[in-house]
Amino acid sequence: MLKKITLACALLLSPLTHAANLQISVEIPKLNVAEYHAPYTAVWLESAAEGDKKFTKTLAIWYADKKREGGGEKWLKDLRQWWRRDGRNLTMPVDGVSGATKLAGVHQLSFTQGAEPLGTLAKGNYVLFVEIAREDGGREVVKVPFAWPVEKATSLSANGTTEVGVVTLELNP
Amino acid sequence: MKKFIQCAFFSTTMILAGVAHAHSMWLLPSDTSKGAKGGWVTFDLALSTEFFTFDSGSPKMGPIQIIAPDATATEVQNAFEGKLRTSFDVEMNQQGTYKVFVASSGLNARWETEEGKRGFWPARGAKADPADFATAVPKNAKNLEVTQTSRRVETFVTVGATSKGALKPTNQGLELVPVTHPNDLAASEPSEFIFLIDGKPAAGAKIEVVEGGSRYRLSPGEQHYETDKNGHVKIQWKKTGMFWLGAEYKDNKATKPATIRSGTYSATFEVLAE
Repeated sequence: MLKKITLACALLLSPLTHAANLQISVEIPKLNVAEYHAPYTAVWLESAAEGDKKFTKTLAIWYADKKREGGGEKWLKDLRQWWRRDGRNLTMPVDGVSGATKLAGVHQLSFTQGAEPLGTLAKGNYVLFVEIAREDGGREVVKVPFAWPVEKATSLSANGTTEVGVVTLELNP
Repeated sequence: MKKFIQCAFFSTTMILAGVAHAHSMWLLPSDTSKGAKGGWVTFDLALSTEFFTFDSGSPKMGPIQIIAPDATATEVQNAFEGKLRTSFDVEMNQQGTYKVFVASSGLNARWETEEGKRGFWPARGAKADPADFATAVPKNAKNLEVTQTSRRVETFVTVGATSKGALKPTNQGLELVPVTHPNDLAASEPSEFIFLIDGKPAAGAKIEVVEGGSRYRLSPGEQHYETDKNGHVKIQWKKTGMFWLGAEYKDNKATKPATIRSGTYSATFEVLAE
């Protein structure tokens, strides 16, 4: 119990202490299914531009990264939209971006302008994508459009319906 | 009796010619996009009236060819030639795009003799040897029509990131040159291709696009397109799924002794969401 409270405090305090420019929370819903496997998750940004001018940046990728001989990479393509937009161009693992699959719950990610993996985000219109694909389950993509930079702290969110829970994006100048 | 046999033989070829139009050939891969480590992909080559069901036969169209991302040839493995399909496996370990295809070309002639009988060459099932043309076709043949044909059936598979090294045209027959990469097609975006006939833009080629699973729809739901003067066509897929694209082209710019040049092309594409 004490541990839970400490964790909750840490979560509450973290935006204040770090003042991340992009604070993202991704909810992986708890599902009551016969066979549950922790889902593969991709979190990435795309510019709202068209064609060749389109910018993509993968911020987080959670997959079965501990499998022998990179066996878990085989299924990354099931994050179909991410795979087409950016995944197929990346070599796993990606330092500071890829990691193990996560269980149901709310997971926090924070990114700072000018620091990897975000880099320096140019002024413009973007979309935050969260895609989740689950073995023996479904696939869902949730989008949060936003403009960068912001003048004051801004909070945006979008809800998934099946595989993705609530996605929130807090933007800080 | 001889006359009867000739007659029967001719009508059979006529029927087959008609059927060949309704039947389409395709190469279906088990995957069009593989993770960066690559691996095995299995393929079916078949002839059918619906996509992608095995209902008519296993086409006999010469060797299956594979061009790897580095533009070298790769071997097929575990090839099996069944009654309704030909299946084979390919181990894909190079990063980039593979092209898998069968292609053939030929020459055929039809005419009428002075007595009004129809003649044709080569005999059904035989391959025309251009060297035989002069002796096989009578000098006094009337309404002689000599067609040079080309046929190509292909599909594409990418390991990791897409590449274009294997996609260069051979400049023989009717071919597709991708503007949009064939393993980067999306339902929400139009795809652009250029068709070439013997390396030159194939203007006015007829294109047909049909989504897989036609057995379970009330109508085939095909879309029709035509290439512009540059051989260019823009396809709007509308849905995700496996699609068959067929193209036909005909003109009179044939190489002698042919008077008609015709080409058919087909490819299987996977269309992704967004």
